[in-house]
Amino acid sequence: MIVDLAIITVKAALVVLMVLNLAGILGWVERKGSALIQDRIGANRASILGFAGMGLVNTLIADPLKFLTKEDFIPRAGDRFLHTLAPCMALFPALVTFAVIPFGDVLNIGERSINLQVANLTIGILYVFAMGSLGVYGIVIGAWASNNKFSMLGGVRGSAQMISYEVAMGLSVIGILMVYGTLELQDIARSQATLLRDLMPTWLGFLSPLIGWLPAWGIFLQPLAFILFFTAAVAETKRIPFDLPEGESELVAGYHVEYSGGKFLMFFAAEFAEIVAVAGLVTTLFFGGWQVPYLMRDGFHFPWGGTLLLPHLLIVLLQVSAFTIKVVFFCWLQILLRWSVPRFRYDQVMRLGWKMLLPLALLNIVATAIWIVAAQ
Amino acid sequence: MDSASLIFYLLATLLVIASLMVVFLRNVVHCAMALVSALLLIAVLFVTLQAPMIGVLQVIVYAGAIMVLFLFVIMLLNPAALEQQRGLWWGFGTLLALMLAGVLVPLVATNDLPADPVAATELFGSPEMLAKSLFNDYVLPFEIASVLLLVAIIGAVVLAKREN
Repeated sequence: MIVDLAIITVKAALVVLMVLNLAGILGWVERKGSALIQDRIGANRASILGFAGMGLVNTLIADPLKFLTKEDFIPRAGDRFLHTLAPCMALFPALVTFAVIPFGDVLNIGERSINLQVANLTIGILYVFAMGSLGVYGIVIGAWASNNKFSMLGGVRGSAQMISYEVAMGLSVIGILMVYGTLELQDIARSQATLLRDLMPTWLGFLSPLIGWLPAWGIFLQPLAFILFFTAAVAETKRIPFDLPEGESELVAGYHVEYSGGKFLMFFAAEFAEIVAVAGLVTTLFFGGWQVPYLMRDGFHFPWGGTLLLPHLLIVLLQVSAFTIKVVFFCWLQILLRWSVPRFRYDQVMRLGWKMLLPLALLNIVATAIWIVAAQ
Repeated sequence: MDSASLIFYLLATLLVIASLMVVFLRNVVHCAMALVSALLLIAVLFVTLQAPMIGVLQVIVYAGAIMVLFLFVIMLLNPAALEQQRGLWWGFGTLLALMLAGVLVPLVATNDLPADPVAATELFGSPEMLAKSLFNDYVLPFEIASVLLLVAIIGAVVLAKREN
């Protein structure tokens, strides 16, 4: 009992700290990465005894200190309570989403086997959408409590955008759920260990030598769903090209224009925690989660013959590292996206969500259903 | 008292407090946020009753979609302008509360509860069970409801188009 409780606490603490740390490091990656892309030097002012560490001192020590020591300004005509509550409501869903994302298979220590996932919910993916749908409160309440017209415009834009893209995001995942037949993210990750040739119907057998050796990752089974999901998820994080709620060139800073100091830091951290959550979801649903291709519970089983047995701890280490590398890659991809494309116009955002992503997601569901029936 | 009923009474107390706040707070946005917390507490209640699926759907549908639209409307209209006809709403609310009490009080007074309640099985409220009853036993009402929703959507589009 006590040991179980301790294990759960350690897992939860580990995941929350990992997400927060990664979010902090992403702040540095965003600064230095944008400088790299735009051929600038980037953050390099702050240093400790002459050590600037590629801007790490600047973004990881100097910036948070400056945020936390600034005046916490609350507009006099605003709502004191809700103004303070809003950043918490923005940060909370971003942090708890990771609870159902598995970061490894089972770790066996002695008699005990530990599922490397904080909460093993049968409804895993629905929990993710439930938490995602709460994320909109942070910006709506923050915008309203500031009692500022720019904030209000940003909040209205943000809520309309997030509700629109939630629909497309939810429907784009249905194809994945149909293929793997489960809502549980650990089961989805485990299902991606099989090879494509094992899933192929006999009348497609001629393709087996060509692509049969590929693992049955979501990206190979549902490529369209990946594009739709990733687009909708980036729109949910409200980053460029979908950062209309902030739109600094027209709305100053949109919904967080009246925020300063620690509360602004919370909005800032929520954005990066959302990036990590999106990367974790994309990895789990479409890129095999913690799977290393051909690595089973006892070692590598290559499709062209040959096995390589490995000790259990090494396998777990490889899986957790694979998950981390994939997540970091997708975080980097999202930051790269921000500095590569310009912002949409608002009508373009709405048209993309309702007239392109939504019909394509519905088409994907129908096509997947036909495929499943035909493959039987 | 075992831990399950302790959790229930804790949740029920918080739920009653949140619901009272919905009624008695003066600011409409505060009321809406109190309603959101009440809905989230109901979702937790479902989770403690072995129905996580229904709890999560409660969050997605009510807290995540309907209440956001409520807030949207409250913010676009002026909340101060909505507080003019307090007396009328108090009368209407009292009437509804009396009707609800008329149903609930005899039910609680006779204490006609099942003597031997059966614990929910693991499959109760699971996606599989929900899908089976929705798409096998109740497929016709389900389809009728979807047609009704479609009609409502088309109606909304037609009304919105007429204005410009």
